Formats: sequence, C-alpha cells, structure tokens
Amino acid sequence: MEPFVKLEGVVAPLDAVNVDTDMIIPAVYLKSIERTGFGQYLFDRYRYNDDRSENPDFLLNQDAYRNAKILVSGPNFGCGSSREHAPWALEDYGIRCIIAPSFADIFFNNCFKNGVLPLILPEADVRRIMDKAKDNAGFQITVDLEGKQVRDGDEEIVVDFEVDEFRRYCLLNGLDDIGLTLQHEDAIAAFEAR
Amino acid sequence: MAARTMFEKIWDAHVVHEEPGQPSLIYIDLHLVHEVTSPQAFDGLRMAGRQVRRPDLTVATADHNTPTWELTRPIEDQISKAQLDALDRNAAEFNLPFYYDRFSENQGIVHVIGPDLGYTLPGKTVVCGDSHTSTHGALGCFAVGIGTSEVEHVLATQTLRQFKPRTMEVRVDGDLPNGVTAKDIILGIIGHMGVNGGTGHVIEYTGEAIRNLSMDGRMTVCNMSIEGGARAGMIAPDDTTFEYVRTRPYAPKGAELEARIEEWRALPTDSGATYDRTIVINAADLAPFVTWGTKPDMVAQITDRVPDPASFETTAEREAAERALEYMGLEPNQRIEDIRIDRVFLGACTNARIDDLRAAANVIRGRQVSSDVYAMVVPGSARVKAQAEAEGLDQVFKDAGFDWRVAGCSMCLGMNPDILDPGQRCASTSNRNFEGRQGRGGRTHLVSPEMAAAAAIAGHFVDVRDF
Repeated sequence: MEPFVKLEGVVAPLDAVNVDTDMIIPAVYLKSIERTGFGQYLFDRYRYNDDRSENPDFLLNQDAYRNAKILVSGPNFGCGSSREHAPWALEDYGIRCIIAPSFADIFFNNCFKNGVLPLILPEADVRRIMDKAKDNAGFQITVDLEGKQVRDGDEEIVVDFEVDEFRRYCLLNGLDDIGLTLQHEDAIAAFEAR
Repeated sequence: MAARTMFEKIWDAHVVHEEPGQPSLIYIDLHLVHEVTSPQAFDGLRMAGRQVRRPDLTVATADHNTPTWELTRPIEDQISKAQLDALDRNAAEFNLPFYYDRFSENQGIVHVIGPDLGYTLPGKTVVCGDSHTSTHGALGCFAVGIGTSEVEHVLATQTLRQFKPRTMEVRVDGDLPNGVTAKDIILGIIGHMGVNGGTGHVIEYTGEAIRNLSMDGRMTVCNMSIEGGARAGMIAPDDTTFEYVRTRPYAPKGAELEARIEEWRALPTDSGATYDRTIVINAADLAPFVTWGTKPDMVAQITDRVPDPASFETTAEREAAERALEYMGLEPNQRIEDIRIDRVFLGACTNARIDDLRAAANVIRGRQVSSDVYAMVVPGSARVKAQAEAEGLDQVFKDAGFDWRVAGCSMCLGMNPDILDPGQRCASTSNRNFEGRQGRGGRTHLVSPEMAAAAAIAGHFVDVRDF
C-alpha cells in the first residue's frame, strides 16, 4: 500500500448528502476480478450520458476539477454496499482523500486499507472548503497527515484534525494489516486450541 | 461479573488479542464468501504465498452474477462468467470444502443459505464481504459486513481487526397490527432514525413485536440494519431460534445440540446491562410502508402522500428530497396508492425466504397480475425454491402470471441480466432504493412481500390490509 503522508491537490466539491457506493461505482462494474482499472467507472452514472459521452455538467468533467485529488462532500459519505471497489475507483482515478462531516462505517474502514484518507471535519469547516472549491476553480489544499492539519495556500483555511492513531500510523507507513496480525500467530493458535 | 449486553458477551468470547489504542483482534467462527468481493482477496493470498487458514470455517457460494433463468441455459455475460469461474478455481485451489456453485442444491444468496443450512448459529462471529451480513444476527450472533481487504485478512488469519462498536437497543413494543410485517418494522425504524442513525453501533432489536417474529421475519429486520448505518443487527436467541436450528441440515445434532442450546440460553443481554443508546418504537404506530425516494429512510405509510420537499426542515433535506422526487418521477403530495408500477421483484436477501413466498402467495392466490406489470419471483436459495415447489407455491405464482425463477441476488442490484429499463418503476422486496440500483434510470420502491404481491395484482400500490 502506498503511504499517505501529505497530499496537495485540487478539491472537487461534491455537494450532496448520503453519497452511496452505488453512486461511486454501480454494481455492473464490479465484475472484474482485478484490483485496478476501476477509475474509469467512478461516478459512472453521472459522469457519462447514455451513449457513453461525457456529461459536461458533472463535476469531474469540468476542467477545473478533472484532476482533483481531494473530494469534499456531505455527511454519511460511502453509505450502502461493502464494495471495496468504491475506494479502489477513487484511488485509481487519483482521489486519495475525501473530506466529509461523517462517513459510513464500512467505506470508512475500506479507505484506510487502500491508502485513501477519509477525513472527518466539523460541518462548518467542510462547508468553508466546499464553498471555496465551488467559487475558485482549481482551489487547492494540503492535507498533512503527519502534521494533522488541512490548509490552503493563503492559509485562509487552517484546520487541525484528529485521526485514530493506529490508522494514521498504518497510512503514514503504508502498512499491510495481515503482516501485523500474523505477528500474533501464537495468540491465534492458542485461541483455536481452547 | 458486570451485567453485559449480548453483543459484549459475544465480543468478549472472541477477543484474541488487545492492545490499548489499537483495534482488537477478533476470532471469526464463520466466513461466508461470494464471487464478487473475493477474487482480489484470493489473488492477494496467492501473491503472498498464503493459504486459507481455516477452510473448514469458510462457506462459499455463487449468487450475485448468476442468471435466474433455467440452469441448463448457459451464462451469456462473459465477464460475469469469468468472475464465477474465478470462484470455482479459488475454491478448488484453496481446498474449500463447503463451496456451493451455481448448480448445487445448496446454492443461494449467501445470507439465505448461511442460516438455512445451519452454518450460522447463535453466539458465533460471522463475516462476509457483503454489507447485508447483518442478516445473520437474527440468530443471536455478531455478523458484520467487510471489504475485500478484510476478506483477505480473514482468509489468511481467521481474525478481523475491529474497533469495538457501540451498542444500541431498538425496542419495538406491543403487537404488530394486522397486515404489518417484519419489513414494515425495519422500514419504520429506518424512517425514524435515518440512514445514518446507527453509524458506529451494533443494534440489538428487542421487544414484544420482535420476539413474536419467525426466524425469517427476524432476518428481514436484521438484514436492513446496514440501511440504518449500523455495523450489525442482532436478536437474542430463544426457543424460536432453537427450534429453527434443530431442523438445519449442517447444524449440530442430538446431545451436542442440546448442550449448545444450554450455552446459548446464557447469551441474551443481562438485566441491568446498558446500551449506549435506546430507541423505542410502538408497534401500534407501524403500518405497511412504501419508500418514495432514493434512500431507505425516504418512507411513507401506504395511506400517506409523497411529501412536499418544502416541508423538510434543513436545506440539505429539502435538496435531497427534491432530487429524489425528480429521479423517481413523482409529484409532491401525490397519493402513494396512486403510484402505478411496471415491475415487481419478489426476492433478495431481505425477503426471499419461505415465509416471504408463502405470505405473498396468500395475497395473490386466485388473482391475476395486472396486464401493465411484469412480475417475477426469485427464491433466495435452491432449497427455498424446492420447498416452495413442494408446497405448490410456484403454481400459485405462475397461475397468477408471475415469472418463477432460479435463486440468486438478481434484480436487487442487477449484476445479472435482471435489470430495470430506464424510467421503469418497480415494487421491490429488496433493501436499497438507491439511484440506478436496479438498473440505470430504474425507480425502486421498497415494500414487503405482501405489499409487492398486492401491487402486482392492482398495477399500483395498494393497502394490503384492505386487499
């Protein structure tokens, strides 16, 4: 897993509540047995028209946001299915951080397994970032996981944040969970022997 | 020992390792696997040279991609076929003894076969790469949906890293009114608490209305826990549970079973134990529900009208309601009973068990599906299908004009050929009414099997209590 230390990039403002994983990637694209290549289907139903041409109204089809690395959205982002294809699609597209006031549990957890940071900020801070991203095409911020701070270039927005220390440690170091768990092989075997 | 909730008892009994500030390492008693969320996990094992630690605790089946047409007809979608073939290969390569492929008599939706075959038992920890794993909690176990990375983790280690969730009691007091079902209980609960009301929590459903449900009904309730944002849902095991387990083919038998039942009697939450939150619902306030929007909490009673977005308090709610009505092609204040439908889907891990099929059959017996409607029944498993056929239910459905299909997830999520056309409106017994869930542009209304059956006959939603 690629470590996540500090990310600087364009913010795409997806101003909606309860963005579900069927919106992020519809089930019809979950048939691949690969782990990569899902970025082309990110937000498929909104990004493309019925004839597969780009929908110019959709955020990520606008030049200002096409290369976004950070998505800012409303509460309960990632609700619905457990499909890890959702963070895979985001990561494959190039989005490695989603900022929202809250996340659905399984999506939240899945992100950390893939070097993607689901960052919870207070609603008012999310709104400020959302509004700036809407009003200033190409608006960029830095998400500094090491320093636990989000800031823009002018430092008009400077927000300190908290992330669970264990998850932060794993992201910063790009650690694979299975390797960590297998350090407790003896404890697992002892449990099984009970 | 201090009084504990059922969840805490199960959790405590499965902790392998704990360290301050870290997620706990929890032992997993049952790992259910299907073809969609597992291929990348098996690839991960292969790349790292790892084995499946406990094939004997792993049960796999093919359900999401499987067509529901007759088994003799080949799969036409080659990408779907490749995913099903991958599970065949992985089950063989990793020596999974309990793999039920498309042709097996034990095949079916993973959340239907786990309990039905007797793999899901009280007190267990159960995981599956699928959010509706919460279904299994109906037997009094801790059952949680996981992502593919975690599927790989469980395959390799038979454990899961989990921060301990908080607990929440949802108590449904009193007897259910006539015509109100388990589906209406859970739609009512989600309507009450919202799609993120349960985030971070394990819900334990309690109260008279829950106790009086059959096992199939309890599974319907627990199934949609995730639709309220909860990590899991669970119901204390009781004699209803034990009688159910007694007749399951792969459950323990004889003296072993009786000994286990004695252990399971200690699982229910101790008196004096506290939950982090409690919600109380009066069963008398529940009615047959129909969702009108694109999230499961956008729900109205059958006798109600589609809400006016202007009636919502916050801007975000208003905008979400406006968007939902536009997508659904509905007008504010339209009577729910006046909504005409094109399709009926009776199926999915929410409502495709034998009780569901019996209840729907009772509504349609001797009646005809509206000429404007195409209606299909997709039993939850090959065993449910065989049972229904033994009872003659298939004939009841066919006589009424329903299409009688082969088991699978089917049009719940449309990974197989069963999808809505753009703009088509469906009365569905599934669990998600998200935009495009049943096919691009498709419009889904979630209802109980009885309400779906009645709508099929009438051609529009209708109050099953007067039907």
